[in-house]
Amino acid sequence: MDPTDIARWQFAITTVYHFLFVPITIGLSAIIAGYEITWLRTRNPQWLRLTKFFGKLFLINFAIGVVTGIVQEFQFGMNWSDYSRFVGDVFGAPLAVEGLLAFFLESTFLGLWIFGWDRLPEKIHAACIALVHVGTLFSAYFILAANSWMQHPVGYAYNPETGRAEMNDFAAVLLNKVQLVTFPHVVLSAYMTGAAFVVGVGLWQMLRKAPSEDRALYRKAVRTGAAIVIVSGIGVVISGDVQGKIMTEVQPMKMAAAEGLYEDEAPADFSLFQLGTLDGTEETFSVKVPGLLSLLATGTSNGEVEGINPLREKYIETYGQDPGAKYYSPGDYTPVIPLTYWTFRLMMGLGLVATVLAAWILWATRQDRTPQGRLVLWAAIALPFLPLLANAFGWIFTEVGRQPWAVFGLMTTEQAVSPGVSAAEVLTSLIVLTAVYGVLAVVEVRLLLTYIAKGAEPLVDDGPDAGAGDDRPLAFAY
Amino acid sequence: MELTTVWFTLIAVLWIGYFCLEGFDFGVGMLLPVLGRSDVDRRVMINTIGPVWDGNEVWLLVAGGATFAAFPEWYATLFSGFYLPLLLILVALIVRGLAFEYRAKRDDDTWRQRWDLALIVGSFVPALLWGVAFANILRGVPIDADHEYVGGFFNLLNPYALLGGVTTLLLFLTHGAVFLALKTDGPIRERAGKLAVPTAGAAAVASVAFLGWTQAETGTAASAIAFVAAAGALVGGLFAAIRRREGWAFIGTFVAIALAVAGLFLALFPDVMPTTLAAGDGLTTTNAAATPYTLKIMTVVAVVFTPLVLAYQGWTYWVFRQRIAAHHIPPTTAPASVPTAP
Ligand code: HDD
Ligand code: HEM
Ligand code: HEM
Repeated sequence: MDPTDIARWQFAITTVYHFLFVPITIGLSAIIAGYEITWLRTRNPQWLRLTKFFGKLFLINFAIGVVTGIVQEFQFGMNWSDYSRFVGDVFGAPLAVEGLLAFFLESTFLGLWIFGWDRLPEKIHAACIALVHVGTLFSAYFILAANSWMQHPVGYAYNPETGRAEMNDFAAVLLNKVQLVTFPHVVLSAYMTGAAFVVGVGLWQMLRKAPSEDRALYRKAVRTGAAIVIVSGIGVVISGDVQGKIMTEVQPMKMAAAEGLYEDEAPADFSLFQLGTLDGTEETFSVKVPGLLSLLATGTSNGEVEGINPLREKYIETYGQDPGAKYYSPGDYTPVIPLTYWTFRLMMGLGLVATVLAAWILWATRQDRTPQGRLVLWAAIALPFLPLLANAFGWIFTEVGRQPWAVFGLMTTEQAVSPGVSAAEVLTSLIVLTAVYGVLAVVEVRLLLTYIAKGAEPLVDDGPDAGAGDDRPLAFAY
Repeated sequence: MELTTVWFTLIAVLWIGYFCLEGFDFGVGMLLPVLGRSDVDRRVMINTIGPVWDGNEVWLLVAGGATFAAFPEWYATLFSGFYLPLLLILVALIVRGLAFEYRAKRDDDTWRQRWDLALIVGSFVPALLWGVAFANILRGVPIDADHEYVGGFFNLLNPYALLGGVTTLLLFLTHGAVFLALKTDGPIRERAGKLAVPTAGAAAVASVAFLGWTQAETGTAASAIAFVAAAGALVGGLFAAIRRREGWAFIGTFVAIALAVAGLFLALFPDVMPTTLAAGDGLTTTNAAATPYTLKIMTVVAVVFTPLVLAYQGWTYWVFRQRIAAHHIPPTTAPASVPTAP
């Protein structure tokens, strides 16, 4: 097999895997900080119990987020060395800044939060988890700025002498218009994911396990979580809508690929689903919403949306013949249509279902009600997975839709791969990492289930004679 | 000073920070089977680094990111060239990082033993391989005119590099023992204090051999001074360990590691990855560097934020300055196994 193919599989697997844990970390850290601050204000011990309960689950998740992130940091150099040479001047900067601003903040203050329950004044302790959350936002901002640059390179000049892209405007890189919509979209999706996790866990506890005095506790979790899912769900739709227009402007082929639209159309319809090969050669059966694609892409219900075939001609004119034909039959500059088509729909669809489900749960738990039945139980179990999968599909859509480019208009994925690394080496690392990640997934899921089933622990009162000062047992120990 | 030199220095500082800090984490991990005779012992040891190990590891991530930004060619050649060793290090860091978080999460001996193993091996492998990697960088590796490493895996396993690996291994082992003597109380403190003496002796022998060899091959006057000072600090640490002056012993190993790494970077400068091929083109601070614009931006960011990071990291060590002993370890409340669905 070709090293490029293997390297791509590896990148896709490690990155999508990393991003299963990332949105939960971002969303849950915000929610836990909210719970702890609410406890400080109300002194209602239920908020403290929720803080500690979700804190445990958060740590189990965070740990995998961290260790899979380490791989991300180094694999650009390992598998994509020509890419790193070409873009390092622009791309390395946000990555380095991310480490300095975000990772130090996250890791240091998380350590303080975990071990600091009895070492820090209450307010400072709560500030620690809030700072962890700020760290995750910094992290997201800088890494997304790097990614947005690949979608839409700005603030650089190509230097033919060194053969690389050289940065000349860092502010433009950080304020890339693609970045300005990607960041809210991704962060809101992350809030949605963290909150859906909280709702799922809380609802499951309410239904299955909780002794009646704990019902009220989990109800709080369910209702706060559901409210966040709804609000961020709406925010995701709004930001996604803006993103669609910008994407159509900077990468028109991606929008055409998202619909499998082969010829220019005005107005263009949006199909909810299609049966058939999607390669444009035969009529397919589909259910269409008239004008919706025009609305998504241009903002008016009868705007013209360019199709794949005319775009391909245009791209060939601009960038030359056929860089990716080896991978992307039938045509040059065309990403894998079925993949972009379906991932785009799944992203939107699963997110929409999650929002509606959360709204229904909020309604069903109004006043003092507890919904009952198997259906509700299934809803509780399904809910966390919906935005999680929507996130993964969103990324697959974004990244596959950019192909054959690694950096849009500048460098193809084929040119990006490490020339000196053999297929055997890449294959080794693909197999090793996939195997390790597979095992870790099993371990982590079982551990999460254990702690979810265990539920929120009662608060222990140290009592007056629990020992003074430094002789007390640690409030938390590994 | 030229910006490329500034960034060479900053990257050296990041690696120094990484080795001085995660060095003792690695040491603690490797000493787990030696000093930790019971589960409580091992938990005492792990909890000395519990709050800080992740922050320590970030020094590595920032060193990687800074290399990418300031010397893209170096980042590209190094990590694609040292592919398999780096993969090993990554896997080691993955299982090790999880071991901290997961080990105490189930009350089950098999579970704990597995994570102990992950922690031990996960600390041993990078402690050895970082030395091997650095020695190879200093010695030079086959890099062709396109700045591609063409040497293969076994080329990296030469005697000089292996000596480098043994040196970092022993240094980190000593650093860990000295750290444990400083941060624990009770029998572990005793054992760690005793063990630190022979390991410091062995580390001193290995260091003198490795640093001397380096000095003979690529040394400069500046690196010689750093190496001699490093040896002095290590010997000072050794004496402090013998006399059970735990704080001084730790300062000794800390400074020794810092100076040794500083000396290695001084010996390397102005190269960053020299080549052994006549027709090749080695990497230097000039031909591997990013543009002045990028370096300037990065310098501003580093100047503003590094002091802040140092301040809050230092504060963490202050908050958790207390020694830990067996009676600090709370009984485990973790569930024994995965409950079946109710
Ligand atoms: C939108 C957000 C986002 C995206 C797109 C990525 N990450 Fe990530 N990353 C995070 C958000 C994040 C986080 C929320 O900050 C994490 C997740 C769990 C955690 O511990 O922090 C994290 C952890 C994390 C760590 C460990 C930090 C530590 O030790 O504390 C590294 C080195 C990276 N990431 C690097 C990367 C790289 C090189 C990526 C690109 C391919 C990447 N991440 C994609
Ligand atoms: C964390 C969220 C992300 C996910 C889930 C993700 C997913 C993917 C996927 C599925 C591919 C494969 C596309 C294909 O080969 O057809 C890919 C490619 C790529 N992505 Fe991302 N990506 C993410 C973030 C990023 C970021 C933040 C960067 C850069 C900073 C990045 C850089 C790349 C590069 C260089 C490729 C080209 C290699 C390839 O084609 O496989 N990605 N990504
Ligand atoms: C109707 C709702 C939505 C619309 C219109 C929408 C639109 C978009 C568009 C156009 C992109 C591609 C951006 C580009 O490549 O330039 C995108 C990417 C993405 N979407 Fe959505 N989206 C919606 C819902 C969701 C939901 C519910 C989630 C997850 C909970 C989600 C997560 C993502 C992620 C993670 C990406 C990749 C990162 C990015 O480029 O922003 N989206 N979305």
